[in-house]
Amino acid sequence: MAEVLDYFRKERLPSIWCPGCGHGTVTGALIRAIDKLGLDKNNIVMVSGIGCSSRAVGYLDFDTLHTTHGRAIAFATGVKLAKPNLKVIVMTGDGDCAAIGGNHFIHAARRNIDITTIVMNNNIYGMTSGQYSPTTPHGMLGTTAPYGNVEYAFDLCELAKAAGATYVARATSYHVTLLEELIEKALQNKGFSVVEAMTQCPTYFGRKNKIGGAVELLNWIKDGTINVKAAAALPPEKREGKILIGELHRSERPEYTASYLEMTSKVQRTYNDYKGGNRGCELNSD
Amino acid sequence: MPEIVKLMQGNEACTMGALAAGLEFYAGYPITPSTEIAEMCSEELPKVGGRFIQMEDEIGSIAACIGASLTGKKSMTATSGPGFSLMQESIGYASLCEIPVVIINVQRMGPSTGMPTSPAQQDLMQARWGTHGDHAIIALAPGNVKECFELTFKAFLLSEKYRVPVIVLTDEVIGHMREKVVMPDPRTYKIPVRAMPVTPAGYKPYEADPDGGVPLMAPFGKGYRWHCTGLFHDEKGAPSGKASVAEALLHRLERKIEKNKAELVDYFAESLDDCDVAVVSFGSSAMAALSAVRKARAQGLKAGMLRIKTVWPFPDEAVRELTKTAHTIIVPEMNQGQMALEVERVVHGKAKVVKLGKVNGDLFRPEEVFEVLKEAF
Repeated sequence: MAEVLDYFRKERLPSIWCPGCGHGTVTGALIRAIDKLGLDKNNIVMVSGIGCSSRAVGYLDFDTLHTTHGRAIAFATGVKLAKPNLKVIVMTGDGDCAAIGGNHFIHAARRNIDITTIVMNNNIYGMTSGQYSPTTPHGMLGTTAPYGNVEYAFDLCELAKAAGATYVARATSYHVTLLEELIEKALQNKGFSVVEAMTQCPTYFGRKNKIGGAVELLNWIKDGTINVKAAAALPPEKREGKILIGELHRSERPEYTASYLEMTSKVQRTYNDYKGGNRGCELNSD
Repeated sequence: MPEIVKLMQGNEACTMGALAAGLEFYAGYPITPSTEIAEMCSEELPKVGGRFIQMEDEIGSIAACIGASLTGKKSMTATSGPGFSLMQESIGYASLCEIPVVIINVQRMGPSTGMPTSPAQQDLMQARWGTHGDHAIIALAPGNVKECFELTFKAFLLSEKYRVPVIVLTDEVIGHMREKVVMPDPRTYKIPVRAMPVTPAGYKPYEADPDGGVPLMAPFGKGYRWHCTGLFHDEKGAPSGKASVAEALLHRLERKIEKNKAELVDYFAESLDDCDVAVVSFGSSAMAALSAVRKARAQGLKAGMLRIKTVWPFPDEAVRELTKTAHTIIVPEMNQGQMALEVERVVHGKAKVVKLGKVNGDLFRPEEVFEVLKEAF
């Protein structure tokens, strides 16, 4: 295995992330999965939006695209459709992906476009200092939920599954080995793949909710989750309130860019000897 | 292959111009009165190995176009007022990150949903200042169907050459009006080609002459492994919060347009040399205005016409020149006086500027302009 740091733009380190932040752990798991699969660095495009998690791509030595807030998947859709041979990976956060970018998320899943999306879910808007997000649990605190969150959280994995993603999994920054393994599988799936990586924000989420620092938050995450396989053997009351981790969904469905190219080649065969008389085709025929 | 002669509508001509320029990628969202462009692209692009995608909204459309452009593909989207508003944030992204993309805005009456099937020219200022922050931009305004073809083609030339988003501002009437268009022999087209680096060794994605230089753009997926960010960035593409870096970048982007203004400025002029009253207009308003000017000349009145084709950057010199002979400048436009503001700025009191705004969804009639013109003498 190559050194993990070989995949980083070392001159851009250290990162902007706070001490105890889980985003580095998730980024490390992604890099190890890429290395294990032996993917070509020159063939990977990493796309992100706005937020703490989205800063990850700037430290990585690939073609990297740090876009506007919520739009990573839409930019990635353009990259992937333009050059389907590229491996396109989106790194996003709970606010970026599930609030402002929610529409692109469900439509990419519906299309089953071959993009691997890693959602770093720390239940809070960290970059803007701790407002509640679409994944902040009900009743918990944020700077814009000073009396406890009145809203209820999205289950991002259920959302992805319902919208048509063909690989959906969840792990955490505590269960790093599992996370790495699931990202590896997601990268191998030909279709829209989602890995939700639950991660800790000690600076805002942990402090505001008086859970503590990174260690206490990691324990909080550990205690709140249960492996989907273990859960299957338990009676419902023992699973109550626990978040499932592991591979949650896998299905087979035609991938969007492959289907588009198939259509294109059929059209081109039909119009192979097309020489004008209608619209613009002739302009590009020679 | 000889020249191609066709009867077509403006939206069709825009699409033809884009295809002639080598359009490879279109992402869009249905909106009246621009939808024919998306429909044609969905039909034509697969034939030439290009890609069409109907995105979930206009925000996604411009984003997908920028993503595709980063892989080296010539990309375009088309929309109208409401969709153009939604695209603004990422137009700013393309401007700061210097990513070529062409946006056609077939203008309709606004604000809001407004009158979707009626023409307007109310997005002139939005085309210039729609996205937040100072930024580099080019906008072209065809005055007839033939120019829809020519200026869309040109939009790609400029966008690829200067690495800047280029907006083509048409309107519902030009978009749907049918005229005869003579297109030159396709083999004679000078297809826009993006300047690219030759080797990844030592590549700095934003290295360029600080005085308006255009950096070489490496396509994604070719081993350059560069970082594209909407944060202010240095020549290596690294995000930077340094005042000097931000200032240098914004200065270079501004100079990129300003320095090359002579090449960018484009207009149609008639009877200006000795005119006492000049009419300055653009797009479909200029059609009625030109008829009025010709009628005035036929009656011995010294009227002249300046129809602006490159609306941004604004042709300051050409407008200032008018004041050498003209005491009055009339500006007919289908808005409440957006271009007139620019004309006032440029002439700076050296001529009287008459705002002739029309905002009811109706086109100007030549006699409406003629009446105002006659009174000005």
